[in-house]
Amino acid sequence: MTENQHPQRDPSKLGGLIPGLLKGLATTARTLARPSHTAEYPDVQPHLPPRTRGVIALLEENCTNCMLCARECPDWCIYIDSHKETLPATTEGGRERQRNVLDRFAIDFSLCMYCGICIEVCPFDALHWSPEFEYAEFDILDLLHEKSRLGQWMPTVPSPPALDPKSAEAQEITAANKPPRAAPEARP
Amino acid sequence: MTPALELSLRLVIVLGAFVVMSLVVGQTEHKVMAHMQGRLGPMYAGGYHGWAQLVADAVKFLQKEDITPSAADRRVFRVAPGIALAPYLVAFAAIPLSSGVVGADVPASALFVLAVGSVGILGVLMAGWSSANKYALLGGMRAAAQLLSYELPMVLAVASVALAAGSVSLTGIVEAWHPLWLLWQLPGAFVFLVAAVAELKRTPFDMPVAEPEIVMGPLTEYTGLRFAFFMLSEYAGIVVMSLLFSVLFLGGWHGPFSDALGPVWTLLKSALISVLIIWLRVAWPRLREDQLQRLAWLVLVPLALAQLALTAVWVVLSSR
Repeated sequence: MTENQHPQRDPSKLGGLIPGLLKGLATTARTLARPSHTAEYPDVQPHLPPRTRGVIALLEENCTNCMLCARECPDWCIYIDSHKETLPATTEGGRERQRNVLDRFAIDFSLCMYCGICIEVCPFDALHWSPEFEYAEFDILDLLHEKSRLGQWMPTVPSPPALDPKSAEAQEITAANKPPRAAPEARP
Repeated sequence: MTPALELSLRLVIVLGAFVVMSLVVGQTEHKVMAHMQGRLGPMYAGGYHGWAQLVADAVKFLQKEDITPSAADRRVFRVAPGIALAPYLVAFAAIPLSSGVVGADVPASALFVLAVGSVGILGVLMAGWSSANKYALLGGMRAAAQLLSYELPMVLAVASVALAAGSVSLTGIVEAWHPLWLLWQLPGAFVFLVAAVAELKRTPFDMPVAEPEIVMGPLTEYTGLRFAFFMLSEYAGIVVMSLLFSVLFLGGWHGPFSDALGPVWTLLKSALISVLIIWLRVAWPRLREDQLQRLAWLVLVPLALAQLALTAVWVVLSSR
């Protein structure tokens, strides 16, 4: 152990030693006097921001099986099965109508990366962010959630933020309030 | 009361107080350190703010496998934890809480407590040597070097107080104590406190168990109950050293209503010292091995000698 490796402490630096030690004591004492930062999570629910991306909820009635979400999903974690159903004509001599019926809608949350593109892309607002996050499973395969489970999260979706005071009405409301088109005049 | 009955009663009370006070200090360390770091510390064991955490730890340690390394010196390895803990128990018994409240009234008790306390070094050294582990050996050697160099300033500081009181009995020292001692025994008190923290191998003097360097020092190979014994001896050491400090330098049971509340004053003062020792651990970094030796020999020993000289001059002048 030579003097080169462990040079004598510069006496002028000793002045920094005592204040440093005292500062350490003061900092810890101040922290002791303040409330701790620990979040007591299982006992106390965390305070989450309203637009937390916890889980994706499905409003089944809005879904038209358009598959946009499944096609845009970067990691292909959305599974959609559907079939066409023929509705008989409602009036005599009328035309039969066809509509899509959703058989299966599933999101594999072990693949999902919570990018929210499916929610952005859905033209009929069938998918929503819910702040719910307590859906851990013991088996990774159990993270594939079907539409019944996705629908259960719908009530936890917060209502959308209010519009600015002088902004225009939401598009849906404008559309709903538009007076019906006048019946076309009979051709001569 | 027959002598045998009295003896066993004293034994039980001293042992109970020893264990309870050590655990209280341990729990205080858990909680105070946590809050100093902005955490909560144990919150579940026992229901109310984790008061039974150390009891739960003891139950856990009981269930663990008791491993003795195959290359270890078996008998030495197995008795070392006991030798680390027992001296503190013996020392604890001889420290008076007030003039009448003492486990074992020993003549020259200051001397006795110091002598017994230094036996604890042996336990750590034995543990380090017998573990057949290079880290344990390094830790044991560091502990021995550290404890040897800090024993001297500590004894000198106690000698100064004993000289001032004209007694080597702890009871006698407290009886002779006067609030002015806080002032003119201050260097001695400082030396004693630093040396006590070093004797306890606690931060900033925890070189022997420096985790980032030598795993856990002498405790590396220990598991289960034997490890718990070492942990308990650390907390017990804090209890003994802070009791000793409050008796030697803070006037023990002196205070308002000291006739009725004597032991309470002693306990209160030593509780403050225990919290101070815990506080130092949270706030300060560890010294390097050479800095540690430099502090002992170049600062503490001269300071303690100067204090001793000052006390001697004072005593000679005032007795004239």
